[in-house]
Parts: sequence; C-alpha cells; structure tokens
Amino acid sequence: MTIFSDIGRYLLMIKGMFSKPENGKMYWKEFIHQCTEIGYGSLGIVAIISIFIGAVSTIQTAYQLVSPLIPPSTIAQIVRDTVILEFAPTLVCIVLAGVAGSRIASELGNMRVSEQIDALEIMGINTKAYLIMPKIAAALLMIPMLVVIAMVLGIMGGRIAAVAAGIIPGIVYDKGLLEFFVPFNVIFALIKSYVFAFIISSIPAFYGYFVKGGALEIGRASTKAVVVSCVLILFADYILSALLLPT
Amino acid sequence: MIEVKNIKKSFGDKVVIEDVSCVMKAGQCNLIIGSSGSGKTVLQKCMVGLFEPDQGEILYGGQNFTAMKGTEKTEIRKEIGMLFQGSALFDSLNVQENVMFPLNMFTKDSFKKKLERVNEVLARVSLADDVNKKYPSELSGGMKKRVALARAIVLNPKYLFCDEPNSGLDPQTSLVIDRLIQEITKEFNMTTVVNTHDMNSVMEIGNYILYMYKGNKEWEGNNREIIFSKNQRLNDFIFASEFLQDAKDMRMLEETGKIPNHRNMEEMLRKDAPSMGTSSDTPPTN
Ligand SMILES: Nc1ncnc2c1ncn2[C@@H]1O[C@H](COP(=O)(O)OP(=O)(O)OP(=O)(O)O)[C@@H](O)[C@H]1O
Ligand SMILES: [Mg+2]
Repeated sequence: MTIFSDIGRYLLMIKGMFSKPENGKMYWKEFIHQCTEIGYGSLGIVAIISIFIGAVSTIQTAYQLVSPLIPPSTIAQIVRDTVILEFAPTLVCIVLAGVAGSRIASELGNMRVSEQIDALEIMGINTKAYLIMPKIAAALLMIPMLVVIAMVLGIMGGRIAAVAAGIIPGIVYDKGLLEFFVPFNVIFALIKSYVFAFIISSIPAFYGYFVKGGALEIGRASTKAVVVSCVLILFADYILSALLLPT
Repeated sequence: MIEVKNIKKSFGDKVVIEDVSCVMKAGQCNLIIGSSGSGKTVLQKCMVGLFEPDQGEILYGGQNFTAMKGTEKTEIRKEIGMLFQGSALFDSLNVQENVMFPLNMFTKDSFKKKLERVNEVLARVSLADDVNKKYPSELSGGMKKRVALARAIVLNPKYLFCDEPNSGLDPQTSLVIDRLIQEITKEFNMTTVVNTHDMNSVMEIGNYILYMYKGNKEWEGNNREIIFSKNQRLNDFIFASEFLQDAKDMRMLEETGKIPNHRNMEEMLRKDAPSMGTSSDTPPTN
C-alpha cells in the first residue's frame, strides 16, 4: 500500500528535520526569507478575500434574517462569529494551500529534479533541516498572523457592506460586534490556524522533496500537494470543531 | 584514496552497475569513460552516497563509507566537492552567492575574505568578475559548468568528483578546465574522479582510466596504455574520435611499419565501411 509507505516517509521526513544546524546564521536567513515569501507574499490575496467574505456574509445574513423579532445588531454578531470561527481560518488557509503550498512544492520539486538538493547533500548539509524546517517554522509564525489580519479585515468588510447597502447603520453594527463576544472563539481559530499552517507547509514540502522525474512531475506533485492539503484542512477542521467546540 | 569494492546497483529490474571494483588514487586524475548510458553517473553517485549501492562497499581513505551513519557520513561529505552533469546551481542565488554558499555554511570568515576566495576560484575557471551578479538562468551552459566547478573547489575538498566537466565547452576552455582540474589535484593531493567521454581529456589528464561498458568494468589503465590496448570495445570507443587518428596511426606504425593514408579524402569516400576505425580495419592498401 503506497499510502502507508507515504505516511512512513512523511514521518521520517519530519523526524529528519530535527538536527543541529550546520550554521545557525544561514538557517536564520532562510527562515526570514520564507517568512517574507509566505507571509508578506500572501498578504494581498488574504486581504482581498477576507474583505469580500465579510461583505458577502453580511448581505446574506441580512437576507436570511427577515423576522422583525430579531434585533438588527444580530447581523453583526453572526458575521463576527462566522468570520472568526470559520471563514478567516479555514477559507484563508485553503487559499494559502494554493498560494504558498504550491510554491513550496514546486520550489523543492525543482531543486530535487535539477539536483540542487543532491548538491546540498554532498556539501554535508542536512537538506531536510535546511530546506523544510525553515518553511514549516515560517508558516507556523506567519499563517496565524494572516488569519488574525483576515478576521479584522473580514469584520471591516462586513461593516462596509452593511453601510453601503443600507442594511444597518455603522453604529448598530459596531454595537452588535460587542454583544455576546466569546474570546474562546479567537483561541479556537488560532488553534485551527496552527494546525492548518503545519499542513499547508509540511504536505507540499513532502510532495516537492520526494519528486521523481522531470518538469512534468513537478507540476503533478504541486497539484497533488494542494489537493491533499485542502482535504486534510477540511478534515482537521471537522475533527477540531467536534473536539473543541461545546455543543 | 577511494576504494570501490564490488559495487552493484539496479533500478527495478534494470541492472545498471553489475560488479565494479577499482581504486582511485590520491593526487591523480581518475577518469571514468564509457558511452552514454553505460552507468558512469550512477557509479559516481554510488561513490558519493547519493545512491545506495545494492551490494559492495566504498572506502574513503580506508574507512568504510557505505556502512557509516548520518554524522560520520557528513564528515566525509564535507571533504567532497562535486560537479554535477547538469551543474545544479542554486537558481535563487547569483553566481557570487552560489560559489560563496559553502563558505557561508562552513566557515566563519569575514565577507571580504570570502569574496576574495570567490573571485580567486572564479578567475581559475576563467570567468571574469562581471558574472558575479548574474543569475544561473542568465548564463550559458558552459559558464554554468564553470561556476559549478568553482563552487565544488571553493573549500579545497580532499575528494573531487566531476561529471562531464567539459560537455558544452569549446575545446580551448575544455583544455583550461582539464588543466585546472589536474593542477589542483596535484597541488592539494586530491583524489579526483572525472566522468567524461571527451578523448582530449583522456589523453590530457588520464592518470588512471576506467572504461565502463554496459555497467561493467571493461578495461583499466592509463593514457599511455589506452592507445595500445587490444580491447575491441575500448578501441571502438576511443577511435570513434577523429582527434585520435594520430594515435591510431602511431599504433599502426608500430604494428605494421607503415602509416595508412587516412587523410586521403578520395580513399575515405570510396571506403564503404561506415565506421572509420576499429582494430579489425585493414589498413587501406594504396
Ligand atoms: N534514477 C534512475 N532510475 C532509473 N534508472 C536510472 C536512473 N539513473 C540512471 N538510470 C539508468 O542507468 C543507466 C546508466 O545511466 P547513467 O546516467 O549512469 O549513464 P552515463 O554513463 O552517465 O551516461 P551519459 O554519458 O549520457 O551521462 C541508464 O540506462 C539509465 O536509464
Ligand atoms: Mg552521466
């Protein structure tokens, strides 16, 4: 069964990542470089997505809440909670699996195919530690930050849409945001984003690092990496919700 | 010194290296020659441990490299410089950063000192310093080869592996590279292993030559012996090169006492045999 041998190789890869750096300064440089690539490089797309998601959920919530018994500020509460609980962490991470994940897979795949990984090995460098670990560490640092930014922008996007479409005035929206706020939701979202960050970085790294063949296989590996990461994100999302959310 | 003992390697059902043993001595250029697909690259990669041989062992200075674990292997690897067939330069780094990479990783020298060393090795592979800021994608194939060689020798390795250092180079630059490889081999008493099918290099630097034929050691010797070898397959291989016509003539002279007039175009056109020189060729009778 290839799936078991894949899981075994994946675990060995993770284990192989932990070794004493040959030169701390070079590892640090690589880490900073990855932080810029993953964090700063994805900021634009994350901003656009979260503003629109906030806006759309405001409009759709307003459309579904027609009862006069429900106070209009509830719209803001619902938008706040869906953005924080689901849209900001999960949707942003799915997009990041496409943006950052495919980049990681194709970068490593290209290095494998053009023998750059072999060249590093020959120099006596632990390539798992030097190439993969900084990527995972950078993802674990930057992706939760992106998720927090997405939460803020999503809620702001909702307010803009609420005001622009005349659904509720800004002051009512702001009031709604403060009602029944559960701080645990933010913590839950952060837990999710750490788990997703690990998936988004380690799965594509696995597919890229172990590419065999040529340019065509790099493309295949990065597609597969994105698909597998997305499925795992959704699966982890379900498991974490079932485990951590009191129902 | 590197000893190769009964190495065997196959991919799936395909046996690529059948059973090869040889000794690569220090301070000399050890050449692995053979036609395309004969297993030169695979043998070299087995020697440095990029491929795990199915059987047999590799000894570096008497130490069994094949049996070593992670950290011990790393220690040996730090003394290995390797030039890959496809250059394997880091795309994201420019020439200077590529060559400086091993220095950055393994030395604590100041930037100025490292830069000096980088420029020194780049000059040795006859690259002017206007390439320093170029990226690999902006270089020609031959320039990439030379940058990769510079990177391989920047730390003065004890063992140098070159996979076709001259393919894609003009004859003049090839000669420069061959001589450089020979020079540094002598200078630092390195054990150098070069894969090549360039007969010029064979004659120029072949202190030890291993001829591979379909995954087997077919012949070994030096660049004097190779001309006089009676091995049919080796003869087919080396005399496929027109450059060596002189060498062949020399042998004919010794064997038959006369030099065949191969440069007579008319004669050559009339000859219907497609190959222009195997030892079974009878000298054209004028
Ligand atoms: N990773 C691999 N997987 C499967 N087969 C391989 C692999 N690498 C090489 N081979 C096979 O091994 C044989 C020898 O290949 P190798 O690259 O050693 O040839 P070579 O002598 O270096 O040729 P060239 O002069 O063209 O570089 C070839 O038939 C090739 O198909
Ligand atoms: Mg080869």
